[in-house]
Amino acid sequence: MSLLDVIGVEFKYHGQPEPALKNINFKVKQGDFISIIGANGSGKSTLAKLLNVLLKPNKGDILVEEINTKEKEKIWDIRKNVGMVFQNPDNQIVATMVEDDVAFGLENIAIPSAEIRKRVDHALKLVNLDGYESHETHKLSGGQKQRLAIAGIIAMEPSCIVLDEPTAMLDPQGRKEVIDTIKFLNKEKGITIILITHFMEEATVADRVYVMNEGEIKLQGSPTEIFREIDYLRSINLDVPVVVEVANGLKKEGINIPDILTIDGLVDALC
Amino acid sequence: MLIELKNVTHIYNQKQGIKALDNINLKIDEHDFIGIVGHTGSGKTTLVQMFNSLIKPTSGEIFVDGIKTTKKNVDLNRVRQIVGLVFQYPEHQLFEETVYKDVAFGPNNLKLKKDEIDKRVKVALDLAGLDFEEFKDRSPFNLSGGQQRRVAIAGVLAMRPRVLILDEPSAGLDPQGREKLKALLKRLHKNYNITIILISHRMEEITQLSNRVIVMDHGKIVLNGSPKEVFSYKEKLESLSLELPEITEILFRLRERGCDIRTDIFTVEEAVEEITKLMGSQKDAN
Repeated sequence: MSLLDVIGVEFKYHGQPEPALKNINFKVKQGDFISIIGANGSGKSTLAKLLNVLLKPNKGDILVEEINTKEKEKIWDIRKNVGMVFQNPDNQIVATMVEDDVAFGLENIAIPSAEIRKRVDHALKLVNLDGYESHETHKLSGGQKQRLAIAGIIAMEPSCIVLDEPTAMLDPQGRKEVIDTIKFLNKEKGITIILITHFMEEATVADRVYVMNEGEIKLQGSPTEIFREIDYLRSINLDVPVVVEVANGLKKEGINIPDILTIDGLVDALC
Repeated sequence: MLIELKNVTHIYNQKQGIKALDNINLKIDEHDFIGIVGHTGSGKTTLVQMFNSLIKPTSGEIFVDGIKTTKKNVDLNRVRQIVGLVFQYPEHQLFEETVYKDVAFGPNNLKLKKDEIDKRVKVALDLAGLDFEEFKDRSPFNLSGGQQRRVAIAGVLAMRPRVLILDEPSAGLDPQGREKLKALLKRLHKNYNITIILISHRMEEITQLSNRVIVMDHGKIVLNGSPKEVFSYKEKLESLSLELPEITEILFRLRERGCDIRTDIFTVEEAVEEITKLMGSQKDAN
């Protein structure tokens, strides 16, 4: 069974002549790590919003664990299943204390308090914020705030987390913390991840990459397959990781190296 | 000399006594392109806010184009006309009904004549890569993030500053937006002789654009030199939890493996050439 089933989806914003999404089809299985890349306006964020029912398709269907997102009375079940993390760390924090912030969603769905305690502690541990329970949220760094947002989602025990450019506003240190956390949740805890990003290095961490342009998924494949298409990616205003560019340049010079995505890979291939 | 800081120290909270800036001495020349790097909280933003007198230091002296801005009763309007500052996420400060009005806000405050304001808005929008006729009557709030940011930058350019400071201007932009911004900064620097001071976490931007790099840590300037000099201090930068430019990282890693390779290279083309040369010479040796 697929966790997410997106079938022939089209979506148009009110008053806009062109649809923001056209003919979108894909399936996501439990435990997948998918990243979605595309220039501004390519439809990435719209797609994310459809997955957790902030928007509904005009055409086609989205099934989350076989529940159609058009079923009004099931919206909250779906949102519990598909957690969402946004770009701006400051817009997602509701409480003044770390543990209260994680507990917020659980209190809203009337989870017993002993269970809340258990889930909050567990979630904070998973994002490496244990010990920060009674810290003030506004004093956290950007990376810590994003990990707190992720903890709030994990506490709801979703089967899937959609992250819409979660590192765009962070410094390199914060970016690393968040990406490490996402990798850990996927590889060690089996949580399905859909990561929308502008950082091509982050997309290389995923198992599959979807490339969006003008509202459509134009390419999909493993990171190695996708980043072979340097010229196409450039033509739709994406860049490729620097290390891929270097490796590509070396191949053109006749140096025999395999497909490479990381600095470690390149250094190993050369020396 | 355009800007000079002498023994500048700044403390935000006297009770805690933490020095946001700690005895800074710095000279910036006309037509410099300076890149400032440092991890979050190292004092970068506080430093640049000193340049246009947005903050006055707790102690020390600052001169901007010969004006001592740390003196009482200094003409701040004049200082801020010389030094324009584009904040982080400047699009959050857009407020007018139309793009035209937003960009014209500063020139209006200078009490310029209508046709001079018109001209300035046109030139500023054009420089920022936005078509005047297409954008002038649109609401800034209905534009894309990248376009909003360019409107905000145009608002500062319309003041005709001689020094332009930008605090993380590419944060959150997509690759195309970043490329356009880089091209704009290059054009302003080369064709319009504007002195540019750029704060960025993106080392590629810093190495490709600036002629001088300043590295900050705990309110102090810890490195100050050409990109080639500064990025040769690999261990120092790593100890400050700063990333190296990716190209530099690759070359250093190869050298650690015993390859005889230059590490003061910042473009993909040069790196490819250097590595190709290395592989060729290894082949010959075999």
